[in-house]
Amino acid sequence: MKETILETKGLIKYFYNPSKFQVIKNVDLKIQQGEFVSIVGKSGCGKSTLLYLLSTMDTDYEGQLFIHNQLITGQSDQNLAKIRNEKIGFVFQFHYLLPEYNVLNNVMLPGLKLGKYSKKELEQRALKHLKTLEIDQHALKMPNQLSGGEKQRVAIARALINDPLIIMGDEPTGNLDRKSGDVVFDIFKKLATEFNQTILIVTHDPDFAHKTDRIITMEDGKIIS
Amino acid sequence: MNYKLILDIAIHLLRARLKQTIVAAVGVTFSIAMFISLVSFMSGLNGLLDGLMLNRTPHIRMFNEVKPSDNQPLSLSKDYKGNTVFIHSIKPKDRGKSIYNSMSIISALKQDKRIIDVAPKVTASVLYNSGTIEISGMVNGIDVLAENTLFKISDYIKEGKLSDLFQNNSIIIGKGLSDKMLLSVGDIIKVSTSNGTLSSLKIVGISETGIADIDNMASYTSLATAQKIVGQPKNYITDIQVNLYKKENAVAIAHEFHTVYDVDTIDYLAANVQFETGSSVRSIISYAVGIVLLIVAGFGIYNILNMMIYEKMDSIAILKATGFSGSDVKWIFISLSIIIGVTGGVFGLIFGFIFSSIIDVIPFSSPSVPSVTTYPIDYNGSYYVIGLVFALFTTLISGFFPAMKASRVDPVEIIRGK
Repeated sequence: MKETILETKGLIKYFYNPSKFQVIKNVDLKIQQGEFVSIVGKSGCGKSTLLYLLSTMDTDYEGQLFIHNQLITGQSDQNLAKIRNEKIGFVFQFHYLLPEYNVLNNVMLPGLKLGKYSKKELEQRALKHLKTLEIDQHALKMPNQLSGGEKQRVAIARALINDPLIIMGDEPTGNLDRKSGDVVFDIFKKLATEFNQTILIVTHDPDFAHKTDRIITMEDGKIIS
Repeated sequence: MNYKLILDIAIHLLRARLKQTIVAAVGVTFSIAMFISLVSFMSGLNGLLDGLMLNRTPHIRMFNEVKPSDNQPLSLSKDYKGNTVFIHSIKPKDRGKSIYNSMSIISALKQDKRIIDVAPKVTASVLYNSGTIEISGMVNGIDVLAENTLFKISDYIKEGKLSDLFQNNSIIIGKGLSDKMLLSVGDIIKVSTSNGTLSSLKIVGISETGIADIDNMASYTSLATAQKIVGQPKNYITDIQVNLYKKENAVAIAHEFHTVYDVDTIDYLAANVQFETGSSVRSIISYAVGIVLLIVAGFGIYNILNMMIYEKMDSIAILKATGFSGSDVKWIFISLSIIIGVTGGVFGLIFGFIFSSIIDVIPFSSPSVPSVTTYPIDYNGSYYVIGLVFALFTTLISGFFPAMKASRVDPVEIIRGK
């Protein structure tokens, strides 16, 4: 039997600005270990909002959220940060690399925060991830010397550094051209098949979604399939 | 919390904005340097001015004051005991200027461990005679060695030597007197007292204190000569001057001596109230200026950190997304301001010391303080400690609010906004 990585029970979220509006309507969701899931839907259907609820960064919701069967709802800011650090890897539409650090250090940063491995070990692990993503030759460059696709791959390496339970992506290929987008998708695919990595991606690109294992379609704040 | 990592991130952020950081730190440096040099200079000046008066005032002076007797004959009467009595037209009682039993008091005081030295003194008001002119003045009969250890009067002797007073019938007169009466070292001066005795004394020196009232009236001679002028025996002493190792205790000890030896005492504080006031006002001014400068520097730091936060919103958002908590982010920005404060403050101390040293070599001479040739500076370590504490305090305060703001940044808002 496969482990449940992520589970929600009756998730509800309101937006209050400009007027009270229900964005997420009673969402129940289960994601198993090793699944490659995509969430699709029209813009404004609440898919990104759902992702940020699942990411633990947005805590203003009703219902319950479990990660690895542990109740997340209501935990302190400090604990949530720790959970994000340890169990979740993020890839956003924008790469969000720190311009002051080189590629290697950017990848190592969440690992240094976790403090599980020594700096030497982290360096080795970071280089290994960069090698899997075929950008190890850029390890000592600064982020502004890389192309968009390369930056996004560095961001994926950063998401992988702490061996997260799940990688969450918000339109990770949205800013990339077709070719780089395909490269990034292939990387996700490879992570899912070869390393059995659980991945949850929000996208509005149907081609991208169709290549994933499971598609969750949302409409008007509800999961319809 | 991983302090090393937080510090590392803070330093990287600083490097990215090196120019602004330096400007902020220079603000702190400038204000601390000004604070240090200002306070050192002011305090040096305070020391100089206080020294002008306090160095010539004994910590405790014992004397007989002319005043009405506390016990009037009527209070001895049994008939009026318990009654309230009114006595009119009381006159002060003259107990004589001489301190009763002075020799045993002096020998007792010399045993006292709290006391640096005891200088007995005979003062007598006299008339200096020059031809037909009479100038009123004061002769101070001093114990030459003790007087010099307590008050360094040899500093004020312009001509001749203090030790020449050991000769019989010798006198050192004030500069004003010598100018008025056209007397110089080696001349003879005639001195008459109120009871009519006339003595001729040989001038062995000229003194100049810079205070006209003293230079125009006072002269110094040995104890024995002074006693001879006033026609009194060897145990005639009008003042006993005492300096303490801890002058702060002067008030208490003065009171103690008053009860133990039954003489009137006055401590240096009571004798020079106005100087204390002046000193404290001057210190308040210099501290106020220093604090104002630091507050201005604090605003600079506040501005720069605020700007940095707006610039680094993305970085803050991703740090939070990847597992840095609000308090981690807060500490990153607080360490930023501490780094600015400490480096700025330490350089401020160094420059403060340099500025003080420059002021210290600027020539400055005053006839009243012959030992001083340059502007006075008080190199007190405590000012440097206060300066650094001030610097840290203001940078912490000015860094705290931006840091709180950074810790409250909502990563979702930033990331979704893109």
